[in-house]
Formats: sequence, C-alpha cells, structure tokens
Amino acid sequence: MNIYEALRLAWSGLLSNRLRSGLTMLGILIGVSAVILLVAFGNGASVQVQNQVQALGSNIVYIYPASARGAGGVSQGFGSGSTLTQADVDALNNKAQAPDIVTAIPVTNAAGNMTWQNQNWFAQTTGSNQDFAQVRNYQIATGSMFSADDVRNDAKVVVVGQTVIDNLFNGQDPVGQSIKINRQSFRVVGTFAPKGSQGLGNQDNVAVVPISAAWAYLAGGRGKNISQIVIQATDSSTVQAAQQEATQILLNRHNIGDPAQADFTTQSQQDILNTVGQITQTLTILLGSIAAISLVVGGIGIMNIMLVTVTERTREIGIRKAIGARRADILLQFLIESMFLSGLGGLLGIAVGVGLSLWVSSISLGSSGLLSSLPAPVVSGPSVLLAFGVSVGIGLFFGIYPANRAAALHPIEALRYE
Amino acid sequence: MTPTADVMISLRGITKVYRMGSIEVHALRGIDLEVRAGEFVAIMGASGSGKSTLMNLVGCLDLPTTGTYILDGVDVRDLSDSQLAAVRNRKIGFVFQSFNLIPRSTALHNVEMPLIYANQNQGRRQRALEALAMVGLADRAAHQPTELSGGQQQRVAIARALVTEPAILLADEPTGNLDTESSSEIMRLLTSLNQEGRTIVLITHEAEIAAAARRVVRLRDGLVVSDELQQVEAAR
Repeated sequence: MNIYEALRLAWSGLLSNRLRSGLTMLGILIGVSAVILLVAFGNGASVQVQNQVQALGSNIVYIYPASARGAGGVSQGFGSGSTLTQADVDALNNKAQAPDIVTAIPVTNAAGNMTWQNQNWFAQTTGSNQDFAQVRNYQIATGSMFSADDVRNDAKVVVVGQTVIDNLFNGQDPVGQSIKINRQSFRVVGTFAPKGSQGLGNQDNVAVVPISAAWAYLAGGRGKNISQIVIQATDSSTVQAAQQEATQILLNRHNIGDPAQADFTTQSQQDILNTVGQITQTLTILLGSIAAISLVVGGIGIMNIMLVTVTERTREIGIRKAIGARRADILLQFLIESMFLSGLGGLLGIAVGVGLSLWVSSISLGSSGLLSSLPAPVVSGPSVLLAFGVSVGIGLFFGIYPANRAAALHPIEALRYE
Repeated sequence: MTPTADVMISLRGITKVYRMGSIEVHALRGIDLEVRAGEFVAIMGASGSGKSTLMNLVGCLDLPTTGTYILDGVDVRDLSDSQLAAVRNRKIGFVFQSFNLIPRSTALHNVEMPLIYANQNQGRRQRALEALAMVGLADRAAHQPTELSGGQQQRVAIARALVTEPAILLADEPTGNLDTESSSEIMRLLTSLNQEGRTIVLITHEAEIAAAARRVVRLRDGLVVSDELQQVEAAR
C-alpha cells in the first residue's frame, strides 16, 4: 500500500468521526498553543531585559573594588574594599596605554535624602565627573551637565532624573532651584531625559553631583572612596579589549602579578547580559515544560481515542487482512491516522498560539493595568518548529501501541468480532 | 510438469486442534481433499462439523496443526505472516455470509481495496470497474454499502473477490443472509463464473444451495464422510 492511499484512508477515518477527532485534536491544539505562548512570554521577558541592559550602554565595563579583607582574612563582602583611586581613573584615561577606552569615570554612591520646600524624596545620589552623562548614556533634557570646573571646585550642583523631578518639584521647573541633599544645599543645573526602562532598578531615580562635592559633603567621613569605575569602550566590539587593557593597567598599578589575586573585579555589559540571559532561559524552559505537560495529556487523549477506534474497527481490520492487508499495512494505517490527528492539532495549535501571542503583544504594549506588566510575547521560530515536530512525534509515540494492537489482531477473531 | 499440475487445492492429513481453556477441541481429524482447476465444489456439513475451520485453513486465514496444504503449487506451511497475506491477496477471493464490505467506502473503493494492498496502481480503477460490470453493478460504483440491497452488497463482495483474478473463489454461506430471490441471483452468478472457468469452493449447510455444485463433499465431526459428483440442477 502506498503512502497516498494510507493518507486517504486516514483522512476518511478521521472524517467518519468528526466530533471525536475534533475533540482529540483540541487536546493537542491546547498543548501546542500553550507551549508557543508561554515560550513567547519567556522570550519576551528575555528581550525586554536585554533591551534594558542595552539601554545602559552596550560598550560599558564596570570595575569594582574587591572585597576588603578584615583581620584574619575574612571577606567583608562585594565592593566593600576601597582599592580604587582617582589615579587609577587617570591611568585608564591614558590613550597610549588604553587605546580602546574612550573615557573612564569614577563613581561614588551616597544615600540621598532630598528635600525641596516641603517635599521629601529618596534617590540614589551619585558622585561622578562631567563625563557621567555621556558614559552612562543619559541625555540632558534642560539646563546642562555640570562642568569640569565644578568638579575641581567641589561645586554644590546637581543634575536630577525624571523620577526625582516628578516627586520633588510639583511640576515646577527644577533648573535653578536649590534642594537639600542630606541637609546640604545643592543647586539644580540640569535634568536628564527619562530613560523609561524599569525592571533593573529605576534609572530615572538619580541625582548626580560632582564627585569632589560628594566626597566633601555627602561621604560622611569615609574619605575619597571610589565605589566603581565606569569605562566606555570605543565600540561594542572593543569592549573585551578595553576590559583587558583596564585589567592590565590596574594590575600593574597595584603591583599584582597573579590576576587571581586582583584587588578589583571587572564586569562588562556582556557579562550582565549573559547572566540575565541564563535567568530568562531558565524561566523560558520552566514555562515551556509546564505547557509541555498539557501536550503529554493531549497525547494520552490520542492514544485513548485510537484504542477506541481500533476496537470499533476490529471487524474492518479482519476484512482488510482477509483481502490481503499485511501487518505493516494495518500498522501504517493507524499510525498515520494518529499522526494526522496530532499533526493537524499541532498546526491549528501553532495558528492559535502565534495568533494569541501577537494579540497579547498588541494589547499589552499600549494599555495599562494587569497585562501591561507582562512582557510582550515574542514568538520564536524554533519553538514553533519544535512544537509541530513534537506534536507529530506524540502522534507517532502514542499511536504505536494502538496501531500495533490493530496489526497484531488475528484475522479470524477480528472477522468474528461483533 | 507433474500430472497434478491443474490441482488448485491439495489437503493431506489435515488436522486442527483448538485449545479452549484446558479443553482441546479437535475441529479437523485428518482431511484429505483435492480440488482441481475449474471445479465447483460444495462443502456441506452441520454446524460443528468443522467446515468453517476448513474454510479458514483453505483461505489461509489460519494454519493447520498437522498435515500439508498446497495451494496452487505453494506449501503454505513455509510462509511467513506477510507472505500469507500476499497469498490471500492474490490467490484467494473471499465471499462471506455477512458481505463484509468496508463501511463508509464506495462500492468502487471496496473493489479496489485488494489491488491497493497488492500495490497495483496501474489501471486499478479500470479493473475495479470491469469487475463491478461483471457482477452487473457498474452503475452502483459510487454507492456506499448502506445504499445497496443485500444482494447488491454480496455482488460487490464477489466483484472484490474476483478483481485480483484469484486461483479460487471461496464462498462461505454466501446466501445465508439473503432472501430467496437474491439467493438464486447470487447462485446464478457463481454458476456462470464457474462456467467461465473459475474454481469455486462453496461452504454451506443448505442442500438447495449445494445443488448448484457438481461435486459435494460432506463433513461430519472433522472428517470427510462422502465426496461425490452430482447432476447439476439448472440454477433457478
């Protein structure tokens, strides 16, 4: 018997019991569309987070001081050391030694309890230099960034982000206003345009002051501490080279021969992306496997229906054997029928899954409310192919037992079956 | 060529023992039978005489416990499962009491079925239509079994049995489910097919039906008790 006849036979078998075939296919349809939709959500989360990380700047390398070691060598935790100095920053800005580094800036963080008139707000206050906006990819909206002179002169000036403006100034123009940070007066000289991304911490809840002013007025006696050096590489392709140059320069300056003993750590945007990628991939796999359970349930449904079909058509199987059908012919007939069920259910499931994903992404982007907090689903091509392949495979796997049972029937007993 | 070249069916010392639980049922106790090409043989016997078992063995639906069965020069003992299927497909045409057409398939598709399993795709439809025409149902090709009368269904079944040009036509109580008029119609058809040279083995318990055959073999308790030629009455 050729494949065309087998397909025709399977098709007429399915048509002869439309409702039953339809309901069985529904099981696979739901499973496949659930896999596609949930994997699309996982992908969406991954894309969303990646975009956020990209928004930080794709050509950025962070350098943190290593953990300080107390007496007896007990680590005091990540970033607790104070091994980085302004001289390190200057060395990193030396174009001769570090051709792939555009700019290195020092960053120090201080708690920022802010008040303006009767308003209160808490924002991370960052001390840095005039290149902060450029390196961290902030745009100036109004006013201007503070100048190199401001940094030299410990000027008490501040540039604030959109969240601070929203919460502190009651809709008034902040530029030129004087606010208090930890009871010290700072004059607002500029504002950052909102970055608009959330999830990795609110990047608009910032206030940036000259690092010298931060040391002088906000450090609380901790001295000229640099909690982070941020390096901008010339290009996203030279990030790795910049990271290596920075590591070499700092190892030399700190007189450390063995990189494993370094008193600082470097982290590029790529490192963060990789970490985040692992997390979202785990999430996607988790979601996908939950959905895959429903696919297995659908497969069991197919097996169930195929067993019923084989029992129902026992006599027909006997007739076919009497007129010359071989075991393989009967096996093929029922296998193709179950693969038809699952494959067709899979195709419809792909249509429904992709359709739902597109629909959800179209409504969740614009609207507010519960759905807007979900990432926009992004359908991945491989997941669609995989879902189809798996559904056909399920038909094959769960069809083998019933088909084998049909093929093994003894023709005489099958013919006698009422 | 051996002198038995035209022997279609040769049964030698055939026994068949069934096991029903702990009881052994000796359905056939040693059958010797030869059927030559072009014969019209009726096998008669009461129920329990072993004639259905014999029909299953002759039709290669089952294998004997002991003894040899040579069908058209082939010893069926040596055949595998799928070779037996091929023998049923090419050498034997079954006609059953309950017609056994495939439901929800047209008469034409039913007749095509053996050719499909024989992988004969060339001129398949044409051959099936010719077989239907031979039984006088060319105009019913597109009808499903439920749309045909009992006699018509049995004629479709005969067309299906003939379409592969089998060595023998094996008819098991072909008129058992039919009224008198349809019965004689079917018997006339079988008689004329025999006159065209086809070998027919007919299994029945009705003397009236067996009267169409030239040779009558009687079974009792799994043994052949008589094997005689008779004057054929003109089929009514």
